[in-house]
Amino acid sequence: MKITVGQGSCGIAAGAAKVLTKLESFFASEKIKVGITGCIGMCWLEPIVDVTDDNNVLHRYVKVSEDVAAKIAQAVVSKDFSVASEYEISEDDNSFLTQQTRVALRNCGLIDPENINEYINIGGYSALKKVVSSMSQNDVINEIKVSGLAGRGGAGFPTWFKWNAAKQSAGDEKYLICNADEGDPGAFMDRAVIESDPHSLIEGMLIGAYAIGAKEAVVYVRAEYPLAIIRLNKAIEQARAMGFVGNNILGSSFSCDFRIKAGAGAFVCGEETALIESLEGSRGMPRLKPPFPAQEGYWHKPSNINNVETFANVAWIIENGGQAFSAMGTEDSKGTKVFALTGKVKRGGLVEIPMGKTLREVIFDIGGGIKNDMQFKAVQMGGPSGGCIPAELLDTVIDYKKLGATGAIMGSGGMVVMDETTCMVGMAKFFLDFTAKESCGKCVHCRIGTKRMQEILTRIVEGEGKEGDIELLEELCEAIKDGALCGLGQTAPNPVLTTIKYFRNEYEAHISQKKCPAKECSNLVIYEIDKDKCVGCTLCSKKCPAKAISGEVKKAHSIDADVCIRCGQCVNVCRFGAISKK
Amino acid sequence: MCSCNCNTSNIDLTLLKPVLDKYAGVKGSLITILQNAQEIYGYLPTEVIYEVANATGNSPAKVLGVATFYTQFRFKPVGKYLILLCKGTACHVNGSEMIAQTLKETLGIGDGDTTDDGLFSLSFVACLGCCSLSPVMMINDETYGNLTPDKVKKIIEELRSR
Repeated sequence: MKITVGQGSCGIAAGAAKVLTKLESFFASEKIKVGITGCIGMCWLEPIVDVTDDNNVLHRYVKVSEDVAAKIAQAVVSKDFSVASEYEISEDDNSFLTQQTRVALRNCGLIDPENINEYINIGGYSALKKVVSSMSQNDVINEIKVSGLAGRGGAGFPTWFKWNAAKQSAGDEKYLICNADEGDPGAFMDRAVIESDPHSLIEGMLIGAYAIGAKEAVVYVRAEYPLAIIRLNKAIEQARAMGFVGNNILGSSFSCDFRIKAGAGAFVCGEETALIESLEGSRGMPRLKPPFPAQEGYWHKPSNINNVETFANVAWIIENGGQAFSAMGTEDSKGTKVFALTGKVKRGGLVEIPMGKTLREVIFDIGGGIKNDMQFKAVQMGGPSGGCIPAELLDTVIDYKKLGATGAIMGSGGMVVMDETTCMVGMAKFFLDFTAKESCGKCVHCRIGTKRMQEILTRIVEGEGKEGDIELLEELCEAIKDGALCGLGQTAPNPVLTTIKYFRNEYEAHISQKKCPAKECSNLVIYEIDKDKCVGCTLCSKKCPAKAISGEVKKAHSIDADVCIRCGQCVNVCRFGAISKK
Repeated sequence: MCSCNCNTSNIDLTLLKPVLDKYAGVKGSLITILQNAQEIYGYLPTEVIYEVANATGNSPAKVLGVATFYTQFRFKPVGKYLILLCKGTACHVNGSEMIAQTLKETLGIGDGDTTDDGLFSLSFVACLGCCSLSPVMMINDETYGNLTPDKVKKIIEELRSR
């Protein structure tokens, strides 16, 4: 009998820590140990408890409250699992997992991230053994080349090429850096990998360090991920104690030390040269390239930087061969990709699929479609550097080129689904608010260009848009794309360009008719009370902070649009569905 | 040292000494030192900026320049409960604006402010990475998900009455 409770950040926020404590208290006298795992990626079903019974049958309990935990305990003790069967995952929900192909996430949610032995027991660190005992640096780089692995942080640059460039750079002092500064709002793949399977990252990094000849490896993690930092620290110490990290790894001549550097909150530090500046203790402002980090990086020594997901694939590729990886995917994009599926989708969580599936398959088959059976409007991919893909392009195949052709990008894997209630101009403004705030200020195009775009978008959503604003935005977008110094600025116009491209009518409605078709922009909507539905309960008029609602008890009320501040509180309190936005 | 007559003599700089000793001569450790300092004081008082500058051989302007670049660093004391409201994409789509409004009204403060009783500080932050529970906020390392205006009010009331 094996009992585990998923303890990722999402799970804990949903109450998984309380469930764990409850189960432990039940079994304290039974001498049954309750273990932990990381995150299985079915975030909408958290907290999740897995029980593997004596016949090796898995019972997966979902949305477990403390009361349900009591039922599970009863089932475990009595060995009669029928008493808790109603809390087991449904077949439909389980299809979220069965439709996936997991490489980078292969151990997530299945092993205890705080116990290195669980990783070793399923074959962990055998790829590292193989590398240090029987492969040359070139062998490793070649295997990665065969796999077709490309950088999963967003740019999609071939991993082997970067490794090879760093290897070929002169000098003994080289660095291997992992970019775990997962800054795209709406992306949490890297957090999940570090929290759930930190040794896959460490092993992948060690193999990379071996390939380029680095003696020091650094993980730059977002400070907003405290649990990931704790687990990674534990994992490094355990790996060190077992001889996987440090001097003469596994008895070979290869030595590599490891450390973590916590970021301090700056989106631009996801850009590799800005990340290096930050690692050196400075303001995270990008450097001009060339020289590239492979020639002159951290402390001006040859350095290689890859993202968490990229490294998480490496040990699997060494174990199974590059061809097994490249057998998955499309002509242009090999292997699998992890997405953080969120927003207005029924099943939100982590999805890993072979490249080549369509957006529709991910959102509707795996994600189960749109919440509350609303209409799909768009999916945002690639965060502030990406764009919004509309319904008519749902059959777009997921690969770097095909997604790029839509104006969006593959990005690091954020996939935020939107329904008809999301205003696309508002969405563009949301991202420009973000990039304008996060622009480091070094180059004029990004610093001032994003600010001007933000101002124009703000006046459009506030109903002050002018004729010619769309064209002005387009002109600014092109100038910023051409002129900005780093990736942050060069891609900042993408959310604006894609929303203009696919939802130009929404921009026009805001500007010329002063209407928000999604009824989201508060300045452009009017709240109205349906006289036939209103029973005069007075709840809304009591709640209204602006005293804009008047009417007698048991008689229909009305809203004074001139006084109304459009906070929407009346809609939330009305029990008769009498108030609507127009 | 500080010449602005800001009268903040209650800052005990000896608390910082172990940190400065630990990272003495370790190149590139400025951000780590500032993070440790903020752990100790809850924010970065002016005296601490000067002390770190002194110890690391940087100008105070350089230290302050680095500190102000990163959103993690604060320059005013924070309340007992630090509320971080996520402004990520998924939270935006799922109504974080309404939650922001509710927090502002309930607490009577805006982004970056602290209530007069020193109980709550409010800070809008980039994605917290708990997108499937959106809208989300974090209060002193505890995450609260699937927020509604009513839920937020209850949480605040509960903390107030503690």
